[in-house]
Amino acid sequence: MKKEYLAALFISLVMAIQAAGCSSGSAQASGTSAETIKVGLLHSLTGAMAISEKSVRDAEVLAISEINASGGVLARQIEYIEEDGASEPSTFATKAEKLIGQEKVATVFGCWTSSSRKAVKSIFEDYESLLWYPVQYEGMEQSPNIIYTGAAPNQQIVPAIEYLIDEGYSKYFLLGSDYVFPRTANMIISAQLKAAGLEVSGEEYAAMDQTDFSSIIAKIEAAKPDVIVNTLNGSGNVSFFKQMYEKNYTADVYMTMSFSIAEEEVAAIGASILKDHLVSWNYYQTTGTPENEAFVAAYKAMFGDSRVTSDPAEAAYDAVYLWKAAVEKAGSFEIDKVLEAIRAGGITFQAPEGEVAINPENQHLSKPVRIGKIGADGLINEIYATDSPVEPDPYLSTYEWATAAGIRPLE
Amino acid sequence: MVQLVNAAFNGLSLSSIILLTSLGLAITFGLMKVINMAHGEFVMIGAYMTYITQQLFLAALPKASMSLYYFAAIPAAFLAAFALGCLTEKLIISRLYGREIDSLLATGGLSLVLQQAARSIFGSQGVNVEAPDFLKGGISAFGCTFSYNRIFILILVSATLLAIWILIYKTKFGSHMRAVMQNRPMAQCMGINSRRVDNITFGIGSGLAGLAGCSVALLGSVDSTAGQSYIVNSFMAVVLGGVGKIAGTVVGSAIIGFSGIAVESFTSSSIAKAIVLIIIIVFLQRKPQGLFTIRSRSLDE
Repeated sequence: MKKEYLAALFISLVMAIQAAGCSSGSAQASGTSAETIKVGLLHSLTGAMAISEKSVRDAEVLAISEINASGGVLARQIEYIEEDGASEPSTFATKAEKLIGQEKVATVFGCWTSSSRKAVKSIFEDYESLLWYPVQYEGMEQSPNIIYTGAAPNQQIVPAIEYLIDEGYSKYFLLGSDYVFPRTANMIISAQLKAAGLEVSGEEYAAMDQTDFSSIIAKIEAAKPDVIVNTLNGSGNVSFFKQMYEKNYTADVYMTMSFSIAEEEVAAIGASILKDHLVSWNYYQTTGTPENEAFVAAYKAMFGDSRVTSDPAEAAYDAVYLWKAAVEKAGSFEIDKVLEAIRAGGITFQAPEGEVAINPENQHLSKPVRIGKIGADGLINEIYATDSPVEPDPYLSTYEWATAAGIRPLE
Repeated sequence: MVQLVNAAFNGLSLSSIILLTSLGLAITFGLMKVINMAHGEFVMIGAYMTYITQQLFLAALPKASMSLYYFAAIPAAFLAAFALGCLTEKLIISRLYGREIDSLLATGGLSLVLQQAARSIFGSQGVNVEAPDFLKGGISAFGCTFSYNRIFILILVSATLLAIWILIYKTKFGSHMRAVMQNRPMAQCMGINSRRVDNITFGIGSGLAGLAGCSVALLGSVDSTAGQSYIVNSFMAVVLGGVGKIAGTVVGSAIIGFSGIAVESFTSSSIAKAIVLIIIIVFLQRKPQGLFTIRSRSLDE
């Protein structure tokens, strides 16, 4: 009997710990509810995506605390309600409904993966609420109830390929994780390369949890490309680059251009392995603006000296300030008034990456594009940047080759 | 020809990695019949122990002797996982013998607890384990590159197999272990402390998982879910080879490793995974007991 009792006790203990891990935390800002305005943060704090989404969530908390310290929005302090999407699109949907319906938040900052965004999209549309989505993505989407503060494909992928073409790379190998973003991105890249008359020497997709890349590396060896365009996500990047490195393949042998490796990922893979490889983003920790200096200092002060800032974190930080600007312009927290203010145009923010503005037509941001080279110190140094911010074009409708190829979203 | 040599080496290497992560399971699941869902987490602990040893060496020793950390990391990873394995056996598993489903649930819970613990201690972002200098790069021959690290894993796996064989067949503890696993009441009548044997056997199985973690830390990501990527292949290797036979696990790993690489050379990795699973399903339908079956009176069930 005693044994059974202990087993039951253990199992209930396990369940209790799990429940505690999953339960939502809510942080109370100073002041009573009459003076506060509630916003929702909806990111994965557990599961596979927690690795990435933590930094985004932290940047949002930093922006909120900065705004509160400087007097809040419309003289009201921001109180954030945090929910855990648990890396599961269906959980994202339930939690989004809870934030909007039960907590009655003024707006939500959230999501990372395209699948989680697609899961909550119709909810924000049905409730006529507002979501700020902070991560670069594959484009081909434009919801009236979402503001996209990360890069559209023409602000990250397309200019990166243009850069590679200008640099004289002629033989491309496309490698990605097997889900919607890499497959759409590679569809865009293939069309772009075809229009330029260049060759795609191979296209491979790795399962999300793949740990052995020896077969894929063998295929790369057989294809002998000039450059590998890498859209791997998550831990696959670590395995791929470690296994390339153990075969003596440095950037001199196979150059790579990556779209999902930011400062945090460099730290996990190892700077010596990634040295001299290329990445494309809108922002780096080394970006030389006074706003960025303050942002990096504040981020490190709040979350620890060893932490690094990254493009998605910066885009999330911008999102909170852009929401503040829109609310102040509208003079109200009402979502239809805020959206009206956004659609009237002129919502800008002097961001760490440079000035960003919400495009009133497609609700994406105009942003500068930067190609970076990874340094031995683990930071990314800009080697090319556009002269001025690039206007967002999520459907690539201003590119002839894209419309000719008839690129459509993968659902 | 070059591609064939390359594919053969890749197949051998993948098999050795699967085998290394399965050896512990071959003991805890194969011999002891404990379905340990936390096996992957012992691999993760081994990987994190490698990281800790690396950081300790970084702090305490001059840069030149850094590479030596790996020699300390191997026993450290084994011992940490061994100790935790013994503790787990004492506190959880030993109270659930003969109740496979309950121990499956309990170890499943333990796996979640350990993952969250790793996240709380090391953060959710993966940590960087750098290969020691002597395992960086590779040797070029026949037009392809054989990485030192993968050659090292092959040697490590062979040495581990030899050690297990000596332990099981040449030592007194090994004969006690076999006696307990084959006929528990009889072994107890002969004066063998079966509780202690169980405890240490489970510890050794867990320790081997830690050892595997030390190797895979150089090949992939070291984060709280590191072990999860290996656990499915490990269970498949043990079941395919025949539960209870270490030799079966060796052959099972080889089948999964070689067929995986062969199929992937012609298709994509997602399809390769599916095809390998189909091969295993068809195989197990024809030989439900696995490749190697134990013939003994007490196991005629």
